[in-house]
Amino acid sequence: MTAQTITAPPDADVRRGAGRLRETFRSGRLIAGVSITGFFVLLAIIGPFFAANPNKLSTATYQAPSAAHWLGTTQTGQDVFAQLVVSARASLEIGVGAGLIATVISILIGITGGYLGGVVDEALSLVSNVFLVIPTFPLIIVTFAYVRQGNLTALILVIALTSWAASARVLRAQTLSIRNREYVLAARAAGERAWRIILVEILPNELPIIVSQFIFAMIFAILTQATIAFLGVVDVSQLTWGNMLYFAWNDEALQSGAWWWFIPPGVCIALLGMGLALINFSLDELLNPRLRIYRSGKAAS
Amino acid sequence: MTDRTDVILRVAGVSVEYAARRPTRAVRDVSFELRRGEVLGIAGESGCGKSTLAYAIARLLRPPARLTAGSITFYPAHGEPLDLMALTEDQLREFRWTRVAMVFQGAMNTLNPVTSIGRQFGDIFAAHRKDMDAAARARRTSELLEMVGIDPRRAHGFPHELSGGMRQRVGIAMALALEPELVIMDEPTTALDVVVQREILDEIERLREEFGFSVVFITHDLSLLLEISDRLAVMYAGQIVEYAPTELIGAAAGGPGQSSSAPAHPYTQGLLGSFPDMRGERRELHGIPGSPPDLRADAPGCPFAPRCPFAFDPCHTTPPPVLPVPGRAEGWLAACHLVIEQASRARQHDHA
Amino acid sequence: MTTLEVDDLVVDFRLRGGESLRAVNHCSFGINQGETLALVGESGSGKSTVVRALGQLLRPTAGTVLLDGKPPGRRGRALRAYRKRVQLIFQDPFASLNPMHTVRHHLARPILMLHPGHSRASLDEEVAALLRSVNLTPAEEIAAKYPHELSGGQRQRVAIARSLASGPDVLLADEPVSMLDVSIRLEILNLLDRLKRERNLALLYVTHDLATARHFSAHIMVMYRGEIVEHGPSDEVILRPSHPYTQLLASAAPDPAASRAELAQARRARQAARAAVR
Repeated sequence: MTAQTITAPPDADVRRGAGRLRETFRSGRLIAGVSITGFFVLLAIIGPFFAANPNKLSTATYQAPSAAHWLGTTQTGQDVFAQLVVSARASLEIGVGAGLIATVISILIGITGGYLGGVVDEALSLVSNVFLVIPTFPLIIVTFAYVRQGNLTALILVIALTSWAASARVLRAQTLSIRNREYVLAARAAGERAWRIILVEILPNELPIIVSQFIFAMIFAILTQATIAFLGVVDVSQLTWGNMLYFAWNDEALQSGAWWWFIPPGVCIALLGMGLALINFSLDELLNPRLRIYRSGKAAS
Repeated sequence: MTDRTDVILRVAGVSVEYAARRPTRAVRDVSFELRRGEVLGIAGESGCGKSTLAYAIARLLRPPARLTAGSITFYPAHGEPLDLMALTEDQLREFRWTRVAMVFQGAMNTLNPVTSIGRQFGDIFAAHRKDMDAAARARRTSELLEMVGIDPRRAHGFPHELSGGMRQRVGIAMALALEPELVIMDEPTTALDVVVQREILDEIERLREEFGFSVVFITHDLSLLLEISDRLAVMYAGQIVEYAPTELIGAAAGGPGQSSSAPAHPYTQGLLGSFPDMRGERRELHGIPGSPPDLRADAPGCPFAPRCPFAFDPCHTTPPPVLPVPGRAEGWLAACHLVIEQASRARQHDHA
Repeated sequence: MTTLEVDDLVVDFRLRGGESLRAVNHCSFGINQGETLALVGESGSGKSTVVRALGQLLRPTAGTVLLDGKPPGRRGRALRAYRKRVQLIFQDPFASLNPMHTVRHHLARPILMLHPGHSRASLDEEVAALLRSVNLTPAEEIAAKYPHELSGGQRQRVAIARSLASGPDVLLADEPVSMLDVSIRLEILNLLDRLKRERNLALLYVTHDLATARHFSAHIMVMYRGEIVEHGPSDEVILRPSHPYTQLLASAAPDPAASRAELAQARRARQAARAAVR
């Protein structure tokens, strides 16, 4: 029997890397999400070089927005816009830092437990469940009462350590499902070692959900920081949007009618959260073909 | 042609397309007739469009699938012919299940896992026979379950308590609940074991003898269709490539068209050859090399040409029309240039 | 000559609630190099469990598996050595390849595990050779593709190529063509047959299809509810079955050669039998 040339079906649905991304970029949600997030990232990086000194006190207190101060001033005469811009950097650092660490911990615990099963899985699940059940905010407040350091690193670590558990459970469930797929069995039957199987066979398939979990963690970190700053739990000398809100509250900006002080930071937090959420949703559309809406032609029944 | 009053379903020039950036033309210009009391077998592999065609006939197509051309006419035993595409929502509701019913692939799709079986039958009656009271519904449900060989007490149970074969029987009983004239069966036995499959087929045959409904039986298992169908339509790449009385098609050695019982189309021949005869002589077995075409592309010529061992010039450039095969029984059609060439050669021979 | 022997194999599964389900009930058989043994049974017969036990994907409750008279190692190097010689081919061509990796990755791994010192060029050459041996050409193009860019038949060929990468002596094919289109099944089975002859492999062909079992194997084993109910030369088992279950299987299979009258008669006989039973 002569060898026959059997080529792949012509122009099979090639949705590799670039092709797929290109199509998703048409999605309005992704464009909106990336624009908003990108704007804040830019603001955080280059903003501080152009803004005025946020800590400079002056006698021009409670000034409404004007040419000199785009978003007015605080009770101590500090420029609100400058503060907003500089806070962006801190908030984003917290978001990315805490989000990253939380995600890495959840990967290590969730995937390892899910794949190895048995006693290891039971132990790691127990740890996850404990962290899941403990109320986050009381834990953070109590932790900071001991730590007493308001610096960024402490903040990031504490938020990360209290928010990885839910993600770990999700990844564990996903791993349990993938573990029994035939390509994993085939790898085992070929004699691959466990760590290689986890790294090479299982992890790449979970990448979509890991990215999604990371974005959630980022949103959570930024919001949590804002909340605990507003509660005054941490050292408020650091410039973040949450701290701005704390001061605005403390210095009775609402009663004074100084809307330019407390609305901008709140809006920024909300916008950044929305931008990240939009990216998350459009990723979903990218990865799950059933969510794609066919924009061509009218569908008649 | 066939006697008009004998036909129960006429499909003419039906095309179905799945909308997308590059639309998939799943069914292309399909025409056939089903006669009353007959079993029409539609054979084809994955991606040939047979399921899409079934859904089109039952008007179950969902966006992005849509009918782009053709007509489907149903001739009930009593009353006027119905143009299925023109039915309004109300007419359609009345039409569905009372005239035409469907048995789906894998009864998992038909049966609601969280509702009892009796309740699901009750839903059918509540929708179509509002005059039946609860007692009448329960009676009829028991009748139907007994008819397919299931203990009527199972009506109180749930689908997961039944085996695959039993669930499929329930699916068949549900399809027959309102005594339809036509039942469309989409791979009803594919997910079942050979032994259970045989039982289900026998059951269908028995019910057909008793109630006289017509059947469109869709499957990839050609050997099965050779046993149970009266007429056979073979689909490839969305088109019907051969259409013939089943009794006359037999597995034959040699090229197509060489004996009066061999399939006329090379694809049918190849497909038939893919089912080795369990009890026959051991011989060299061959399938068909290559794979089915991408239905989004509009390749010129016959869609089977790249895989056809008999392809010659016109096959790659001109799509062959569906024409009667010369020298065969009436109503034997095939879409193949070889057939056309034989026909013209036969005519030349006659003139000579 | 390599032999894989199974002696008195028992596999029990523990269910929720403490009960246990016996999936394989004292099975014994052997496969020799250059031969195909078909294992025929319906779903739930235990045939897949037997394959997984032989592939060391689960541990048997009792009984022994001997490769050339020696039991496989339980872990580490001994187990890896067994796995190199006994390879599995799975049923589902869509699930047995990792969608995130190219064909080349799937084939390169087993080659590298066997000879860690390959250079990139020689690795590519070996991958191409494997693809050519299963008729997937042009090899370089196919090697760069992802599983979703290939048809079902091509994916199964890749799975077969992968199983050949370590140079095995025994191939366990668990329903290798059941999920493929009908017209390409025979080509894949022909490929397996040719590879078996060329490389002198012992092939266990697990299937529910009696027809292909008859045509592609010298011996057939029929399993029912975890037990081997019949075992003999293919022609004997199919044409002159002795066990009632085998007879039932043989009579239930479609028979394209029978005439209409014969079929109607057979059907009426079956219905009468069933009515008598009810």
